[in-house]
Amino acid sequence: MIKRIALSTAAVSALVAGPALATDITLGVLNDQSGIYADLSGQGSVVAAQMAVADFDAAGKGINVEIISADHQNKPDIASNIARQWYDQDGVDAILDVPTSSTALAVADVTAEFGKVFINSGAATSDLTRANCQPTTIHWTYDTAALANGTGKAVTESGGDTWFFLTADYAFGHALERDTTAVVEANGGEVLGSVAHPFPGTDFSSFLLQAQASGAKVIGLANAGADTVNSIKQAAEFGIVQGGQKLAGLLLFINNVHSLGAETAQGLQMTTAFYWDKNDDTRAFSERFKAEMGSPPSMVQAGVYAGTLHYLKAVEAVGSDDATAIVASMKEMKTDDPLFGEGYIRKDGRVIHDMYLMEVKSPEESTGEWDLLKEVATISGEDAFLPMEDGGCAFALAD
Amino acid sequence: MFELLGIPPQVLLGQLLIGLINGSFYAVLSLGLAVIFGLLNIINFAHGAQYMMGAFVAWMLLNYGGIGYWPALLLAPVIVGIIGIALERVLIARLYKLDHLYGLLLTFGLALIIQGLFRNYYGVSGLPYQIPSALQGGQNLGFMFLPNYRGWVIVASVIVCFGTWFMIEKTRLGANLRAATENPELVGAFGINVPRMITLTYGFGVALAAFAGVLAAPIYSVNPNMGADLIIVVFAVVVIGGMGSIMGSILTGFGLGVIEGLTRVFYPEGSAVVIFVIMAIVLMIKPEGLFGKSA
Repeated sequence: MIKRIALSTAAVSALVAGPALATDITLGVLNDQSGIYADLSGQGSVVAAQMAVADFDAAGKGINVEIISADHQNKPDIASNIARQWYDQDGVDAILDVPTSSTALAVADVTAEFGKVFINSGAATSDLTRANCQPTTIHWTYDTAALANGTGKAVTESGGDTWFFLTADYAFGHALERDTTAVVEANGGEVLGSVAHPFPGTDFSSFLLQAQASGAKVIGLANAGADTVNSIKQAAEFGIVQGGQKLAGLLLFINNVHSLGAETAQGLQMTTAFYWDKNDDTRAFSERFKAEMGSPPSMVQAGVYAGTLHYLKAVEAVGSDDATAIVASMKEMKTDDPLFGEGYIRKDGRVIHDMYLMEVKSPEESTGEWDLLKEVATISGEDAFLPMEDGGCAFALAD
Repeated sequence: MFELLGIPPQVLLGQLLIGLINGSFYAVLSLGLAVIFGLLNIINFAHGAQYMMGAFVAWMLLNYGGIGYWPALLLAPVIVGIIGIALERVLIARLYKLDHLYGLLLTFGLALIIQGLFRNYYGVSGLPYQIPSALQGGQNLGFMFLPNYRGWVIVASVIVCFGTWFMIEKTRLGANLRAATENPELVGAFGINVPRMITLTYGFGVALAAFAGVLAAPIYSVNPNMGADLIIVVFAVVVIGGMGSIMGSILTGFGLGVIEGLTRVFYPEGSAVVIFVIMAIVLMIKPEGLFGKSA
């Protein structure tokens, strides 16, 4: 299940033109290649990492990059086994992506044990840079706190002051419920209850009826991927929205909106770190990505691209594969790439960049298959992510 | 108004009904498995993939051929059934003389291949399929809002389940089938084409899976993994009901749907495992299953 893609002719070009010493780097893209999150991460993240290597012209700069990938099947034990094997035997220098919070927390610990680099894009839990933070972890794209500060805050402020949560019963769902609850309560709202559903689930009608019976104004969907899609579809079927309750999809990806269709999803608000149609740079990248994968990149895939690019810049600056020096350099340098713009990496590993509150367009507004979102507000990175002082990351707060 | 463990009766009634709806899918799927196992002695692990194919064929008929839900309800099972017949003739028929395990491994491999192919072409995010216009909306039952389509799911599966039971247990065709399972040589001597009958039975079992797939298409996400998520539960249902017992699989399907539904109210975290706990208990107390004939 492990694919090897030799990417560069760096060895040759380095001899001919580049610096005297070539640095060998192996990047491992570890994510869901076949399950519920395969479309938003999967092979697309591998392609994104390859594009970053090509755009950085790693070969021309004397960095010899090989990218390997594997399917962690959303299972923490499989993920940590692969990570261990990669670091121990396959000479992997950094692991990228790793959606599914439970697997990400496992890989973060293994990475710290081996003293390598973990650049997470796919996982949501803010614990990666809070209680479970590691000096070797960089959390790139988004987290549960940012989702709460986007969608959670907007919905509460627009009058949705009583909430009931449908929560995916694993690390991610519980983190999202916790962070959203904090934001709802900080904005004068109240949480009436929650129900934890099995992950992944198929039928949510039973949980939706419980949410309906709670009488809460807002049903917060603290789940992701096909679980969210099914919850929204079935809520429409059971007349929950017509009954006056509002749905808040706390984590939606562009692929989910596409799967729901503008007809069902119109008017839903969502928080994202990246939208393909944001500006000329994102459109240009997305065109190239789409030519390869058939759909525009999700924010997770965009985050893999940006994270890989920033990592390679640090490798160039350091001039070796020394993980400690690379992480220090990544945190020292400002981040700047065509997809996320300018930002920086905090000491606890949290990447700070703007987030966007978006709304799903109606079928009339949408001019193309993937023309699905319009921007409601830009949330600055400082407002979106939890301040480091409140996060409780021990090593970052120690000195 | 009385309350049961803090749950108001309206909520409880609603959950019972929801359980019955989910039980409908368990019943139709486990029925197909029971027919195939009971009459062919094949443990059809491809059943989940065939259920998924039913949903996908309905989606393809609509998007490539403009054929709507109602014709698809008949056409998709026929198409998937024919594919099943081809698989039976080409591959599965070679394994009848071998141990059950070989059939299980073959069909499990087929399921992985079929799911992989669909994943490759359609991704995992799922494809939209609308509820037919005649069944949109719903009824307010006082204790809950019942979408018309869910009501239809119960009606359709009850009809199909009991129609199948009647055909196998009460008609001459069914009698021939059951006889052919007991003693194929003797039934063949009466001039009945036993291999063809077995092939058609497999096709029928597969068509039942595809029928459930079409029923599921408008309410669950049409995606390549939809069957894989369900099939393990359905196998547990068959084991609890008694391998090969037609009526057993129907009644256990509906019953376990209800039990699972109630678990979702009283202890939601346990709803994913409750069926397997019941399976373990049944296997300890009555290893042949609730409705199975003791060996």
